[in-house]
Amino acid sequence: MSEAHTPAVLQARGITKTFGHVEALRGADFDVVRGEVVALMGDNGAGKSTLVKVLSGTIQHDGGTILLDGHEVAFQSPVEAREAGIETVYQDLSLADTLDPATNLFLGREIRRAGVLGALGFVDGKAMRARAEEVFTSLNLTITAGHDAVGNLSGGQRQGIAVARAVAWARHVLFLDEPTAALGVRQTRQVLDLIRRVRDTGVSVVLISHSVPEVRSVADRIEVMRLGRRVGAFVTSASTSEDIVSAITGATTDPDMSEVGDE
Amino acid sequence: MSEVVLKLRKLVARPTTTMLLILVAVVVVFAVLAPSSFPTTNNLRGVLSDAAILLVLATGATYVIITAGIDLSVGSVLVFSAVIGAKAMEATGGGGASSILAGLVGSMAAGGAWGLLNGALIAKAHVPPFVATLGSLGAAYGLALVISGGVDVRSVPSGLVEFGNGRVLGIPVLAIVALVVAALFGVVLALTVFGRRTYAIGSNPESARRAGINVDLHLMQVYAIAGLLAGVGGFLSLARYGTTTISGNTQTNMQVITAVVIGGTSLFGGIGWMLGTTIGVFIPIVLANGFIILGVVPYWQYVAVGMVLVVAVIVDQRRRIRQAN
Repeated sequence: MSEAHTPAVLQARGITKTFGHVEALRGADFDVVRGEVVALMGDNGAGKSTLVKVLSGTIQHDGGTILLDGHEVAFQSPVEAREAGIETVYQDLSLADTLDPATNLFLGREIRRAGVLGALGFVDGKAMRARAEEVFTSLNLTITAGHDAVGNLSGGQRQGIAVARAVAWARHVLFLDEPTAALGVRQTRQVLDLIRRVRDTGVSVVLISHSVPEVRSVADRIEVMRLGRRVGAFVTSASTSEDIVSAITGATTDPDMSEVGDE
Repeated sequence: MSEVVLKLRKLVARPTTTMLLILVAVVVVFAVLAPSSFPTTNNLRGVLSDAAILLVLATGATYVIITAGIDLSVGSVLVFSAVIGAKAMEATGGGGASSILAGLVGSMAAGGAWGLLNGALIAKAHVPPFVATLGSLGAAYGLALVISGGVDVRSVPSGLVEFGNGRVLGIPVLAIVALVVAALFGVVLALTVFGRRTYAIGSNPESARRAGINVDLHLMQVYAIAGLLAGVGGFLSLARYGTTTISGNTQTNMQVITAVVIGGTSLFGGIGWMLGTTIGVFIPIVLANGFIILGVVPYWQYVAVGMVLVVAVIVDQRRRIRQAN
């Protein structure tokens, strides 16, 4: 508990969450350092998704504390988390397929026209398209704001729009829930490049993934969960794939973390 | 140059454009077959008058269907609102402007209340729109019969009927009212935050919710609009016919839905256009009018409208299959 010394932008300490008889989180810890890509790994049922849902405001935890920039927070909804600068790209992408990219980017946060028309609720389509174009260009995406319904675009492009939307609003942390699960090799590479570009803008990225090679290629650090707790935290460059796999499967436990695992 | 071609191609691919071409073709065919009676000012006025009330209802239904919902109750709500409006005018007496205003307020309040009830059932009690509005369809019609004793209220002020059958610059007043309503709500749909969110909810309600949009409240507002406009339709119906037309609106809900779908609004939500709805209202009415003029057995209009409806849905489906690929 030395948050004064850590450069962490987001810290979770001892998070618990129970669904009926299932203890999904049993005192989970998690750290996100500013401007890093950190991967959250673990077997199915390890509690990754539950933890991310807690940290992004989708569900509320039973116990433990969350610190954002050193201040305790408790998000009651995804909207509150977003207002605090935390954005999430859901696995289903959460896009409105019949609408164009710019409209999707500004869903719920439309730019209004100036003056009386704006007060009457008129949107500034031109400004939204221009801003969307900027965001797409800055992330090197092959999408134009003038594109048709996003349902007509490729999987990689759709992923790009979902990430761009989150990036456009994220000030602190961006959660990506298995962003490459449905993508081919080339599109996966594009998304990983995109993650690096997001990090370079100073926003921390939390990547949930099952692929060790993928995670090693993009993440600065890797945290591993097992049975609702953190069982390992690795600096990618100072660890091997075997270290990570054995932490995931429970073959070994990082000695530094063993106290966390004790009942 | 190629961009212009691309834009033109997009425009032609729009279902609304297909339907506009069908409307134009139908008008041309009737004009050629009956040159002395179809393309006349008088007949055009008749077509406009016939379309007016349907267009007001279809304006509300366009919003509802864009949210991937449906409102089966509009015909009954129209009747109920007309009965309330007529009773309000009867109660305030005199037949003057204040009494007519009381009728308008009564009809709109009655329609809006049914719309709010539909919206609350759908958004708060999570009753599927089809079932919720099917319930309202029966209940509103039944209550209209209870309140009126099953007899049409005919004591509509003559001033209102004069207004309802009047013209401004040669155009029927009701048609002007309807076009203003459609234009107003069309602008709101196309250009405002409320409109954007209506599309977003129809397209993906979960993503709208995650984006911080109050989906429940928005749905209630959309159904309230549909009810309010059914109330306006009830009042316009009093103005046109001078009576409550209790038994004359059993097909109205289907006519309204048909018009909206013909106009290119997708029953799956997220897609629609008020100009399309306007075209969609006119196709069945022009067909009916032309058949009567040509002396075709008028029942054929139902067959023709049914065919146009199916074509409209096929066009929509093909677009969706293209999208899925």
